[in-house]
Amino acid sequence: MMSHSLKSNLGEKIVGKPTPRKEGPGKVTGEARYIDDLSFPDMLYGATVRSQIARGMLKKITFRPDVPWSEFVVVSVPDIPGKNYIALIENDQPCLAEKVVNHPEEPILLLAHPDRYMLPNAVAAVSIEYEPLPALFSIEESERKSEIIWGQDNVFKSYQIEKGDVDAIWAKADYIVEGEYSTGAQEQLYIETQGVIATYDCEQGVTVWGSMQCPYYVHKALMVVCDLPEDKVRVVQTETGGAFGGKEEYPSMIAAHAALLARKSGRPVKIVYDRAEDMAATTKRHPSRTRHRTALTKDGKILGGEIEFVIDGGAYQTLSPVVLSRGTIHAGGPYHWPAVRIIAKALATNAPPHGAFRGFGAPQSLFAMERHMDRIARTVKVSPAEIRRRNFLKPGQTTITEQTISEPIDLEKLLDRALVLSDYESKKSRFRQQGKNGKRKGGLGIAAFLHGAGFTGSGERYLSSVVGIEGQPNGGVRVLVSSTEFGQGTNTVLCQIAAEALGLEYGDVAIAQPDTAQVPNSGPTVASRTAMVVGKLLESAALGLKQTLIRAGMLGEPYAAEEFRCACRAYMERYGELRSLARYEQPDGIHWDDQKYRGAAYAAFAWAVYVAEVSVDLTAYSVSVDDFVALQEVGRVINPVLARGQVLGGVAQGIGFALYEKVEWRHGRMQNSQMTNYIVPTSADVPPIRVYFEEIANQHGAFGAKGIGELPMDGPAPAIVNAVEDALGIPFNSIPLMPEEICEALTAAAGPPSAGHSFSGVR
Amino acid sequence: MKTSAQKREFSLNVNGVPRNIRAYPAERLLDVLRYLGLTGTKEGCGEGECGACSVLVDGRLVVSCLMPVAQAEGAKLLTIEGVTGNQRFRSLQETFAEGGGAQCGICTPGMILAGGHLLERNPAPTIEEIREALSGNLCRCTGYLQIFEAVAEAARRCAGT
Repeated sequence: MMSHSLKSNLGEKIVGKPTPRKEGPGKVTGEARYIDDLSFPDMLYGATVRSQIARGMLKKITFRPDVPWSEFVVVSVPDIPGKNYIALIENDQPCLAEKVVNHPEEPILLLAHPDRYMLPNAVAAVSIEYEPLPALFSIEESERKSEIIWGQDNVFKSYQIEKGDVDAIWAKADYIVEGEYSTGAQEQLYIETQGVIATYDCEQGVTVWGSMQCPYYVHKALMVVCDLPEDKVRVVQTETGGAFGGKEEYPSMIAAHAALLARKSGRPVKIVYDRAEDMAATTKRHPSRTRHRTALTKDGKILGGEIEFVIDGGAYQTLSPVVLSRGTIHAGGPYHWPAVRIIAKALATNAPPHGAFRGFGAPQSLFAMERHMDRIARTVKVSPAEIRRRNFLKPGQTTITEQTISEPIDLEKLLDRALVLSDYESKKSRFRQQGKNGKRKGGLGIAAFLHGAGFTGSGERYLSSVVGIEGQPNGGVRVLVSSTEFGQGTNTVLCQIAAEALGLEYGDVAIAQPDTAQVPNSGPTVASRTAMVVGKLLESAALGLKQTLIRAGMLGEPYAAEEFRCACRAYMERYGELRSLARYEQPDGIHWDDQKYRGAAYAAFAWAVYVAEVSVDLTAYSVSVDDFVALQEVGRVINPVLARGQVLGGVAQGIGFALYEKVEWRHGRMQNSQMTNYIVPTSADVPPIRVYFEEIANQHGAFGAKGIGELPMDGPAPAIVNAVEDALGIPFNSIPLMPEEICEALTAAAGPPSAGHSFSGVR
Repeated sequence: MKTSAQKREFSLNVNGVPRNIRAYPAERLLDVLRYLGLTGTKEGCGEGECGACSVLVDGRLVVSCLMPVAQAEGAKLLTIEGVTGNQRFRSLQETFAEGGGAQCGICTPGMILAGGHLLERNPAPTIEEIREALSGNLCRCTGYLQIFEAVAEAARRCAGT
């Protein structure tokens, strides 16, 4: 099912091969230990008393007398030895609410007990009196500023990007096309809920084991809350059962809670959320609203436009500025904009903070861009494929942040190949012949998009990641990174890179469990940066290790794997330790201006064209995705099985984002926090997803790799909704697209002609 | 689940080993198995939706989060820790590990039990039959296709031996 067009060096023995997943055997036998599988002697179980209202003053806390409170450990704000916030960007989120609550489910009090069955009743027996304050529940309410709930104006962060003379384009335009698009919140729904175990010891400080993406984020947050120096905080990632961004920032909160309970009780404390608590209280994808106004020539070339991108950040700033940044930079899609003005804002509302979820703002703004391209195509009366072809970025042109495309990209070729692979033209004519009759109507939709790999702009320079590798007594090596495995393949891909760089067998390379006492800070495991950025650093560190052996006169090139193993053993016998570290340095020619938001936003972009085929059931108003072609250029594919797995999983999540996954909000609280009523795709819902790669080696990535993890989340939703419009002739601009909305729109369209759809803003 | 009832002794046969355990009658089979140290059976949702806690009870595929231990009294239970003696399950373990069927791994024990339960009844299933048989097991990582392929490949390997 996979096809490669290989352009890179194929002399590699391990990179590019489907080596088996490093930790796979433990996962298929049930031996892998996730946090809830671990237990410590004398361990207590912790639970969280949370706000029942969206916003208000805390007046009084009462403990119902029928509970044996003396058996419980109770932690409140005065028990925090350090500062009462979860360290991130603005540090505005309290670890425990003190005088006010700003969202439903905000943590107020912590309880622990040796018998976990005692906790639910005890949590319910803590009664909290509030003086409610008016609250805001949508982007529009936050914009109206009837209440100021954060800062001076409810704005967590805003950006403005200005390229070219936007004000001059409107007079030259043959068409001006306007549209508004919105996306809903989406729950990550990793199958393993959030959980940690903490221990506290006066001598050793605090140690936390848990399910997480970013051990050093947790480390930083614990130092602040527990008022401990660096060396008295240790964080260990245990096997993590899915994350998708949902375990980027929230583990710092739950780890701080467990640490406080452990400190007060002097005993190990485990907190593992049940599904309902996890869904209601932890982060979700930011809801968004995007408005486009685009000036075009008569043949559909973009002259320029204005884009307004707004996201709902929830009650605290947390990661919203960074999510907003990525969404903003991706808002223009893979197209050339001679002039563009982007105004972007992250606003406060009284919902639990929204956070990282695969794609990190880009799926939201790219949904809008790709729906808008179809609207432009209809207005200009050219095909969706042709409108994209006429506007694709080409090498030498600049992106919306004026980054010159210096990579050898060929989006037209990707598009042509995707059309052939999806049998686009013949299916299209078949659907046209089917006409208006029948119980199902078919349609095809295209999405073309890009995803920047690594931290945005100067982010990688600030991170200044360090990667290590060390010799083992058996002559093999061990990779030392804080980059975590949560299903996406970190362990496997990094071991492949190290083995290839050193000329070793895959089996000669092990990877250390991420433990802040053992591994350097290679940065967070986010932003599609692991294979490309961490992998490249690992390649450097491995070369350093080899050089050490060569300089010591113990190894000469070329060498066989066994010669390396002998040299490594000999070196370690003589000197005790063989270790090499590499620190990130910004590549030449990568400049970014944080003030103007201009320059090289990413060292590399991955590019893709996806084609969705759908059919809409005209009786049940349901959409089924019947075929899906996912073609992408992600640089060198390090492991074809894992890379395909990333795309398949991302497309499935994208199908959920488009068609199934609707968070029902009431006064800022998720009403459907169960798998019974929050619906994600099951095995019965996924189409045959056909995955293809173009491979063009990227000079900034290990063995030519770029990022891949987030890209496949960006394209499915617009491709699917474009296909629904192709089937029904009705535009839908808001997701998730539920049967109710299709029913309503079809009913309206079947009414008097004036009720049919029309397009606004066409000049 | 704690109830007003007293704990009492239950006889279970877990992975071929007779076990006597003390538990509340309404305690979830899932918790009882995990207290026995059999932590390969996972909790994903606690309400029978995700299938991560799937085990075989007298050959039937059951979500152990919805079964009180009293109902499993006297039954033969098979969990992921007990499958290695069976060729079908061993093949599934291999093909899941090789072909991308396991990513984060948390749904994997349940998927393998559901897959083995299918192959027991239908040694050569079509992809559609696999799709149907696994529809009670949620996976958030893989998009399912590499899981279907792993089950199909395991069926082929078993047929070949």
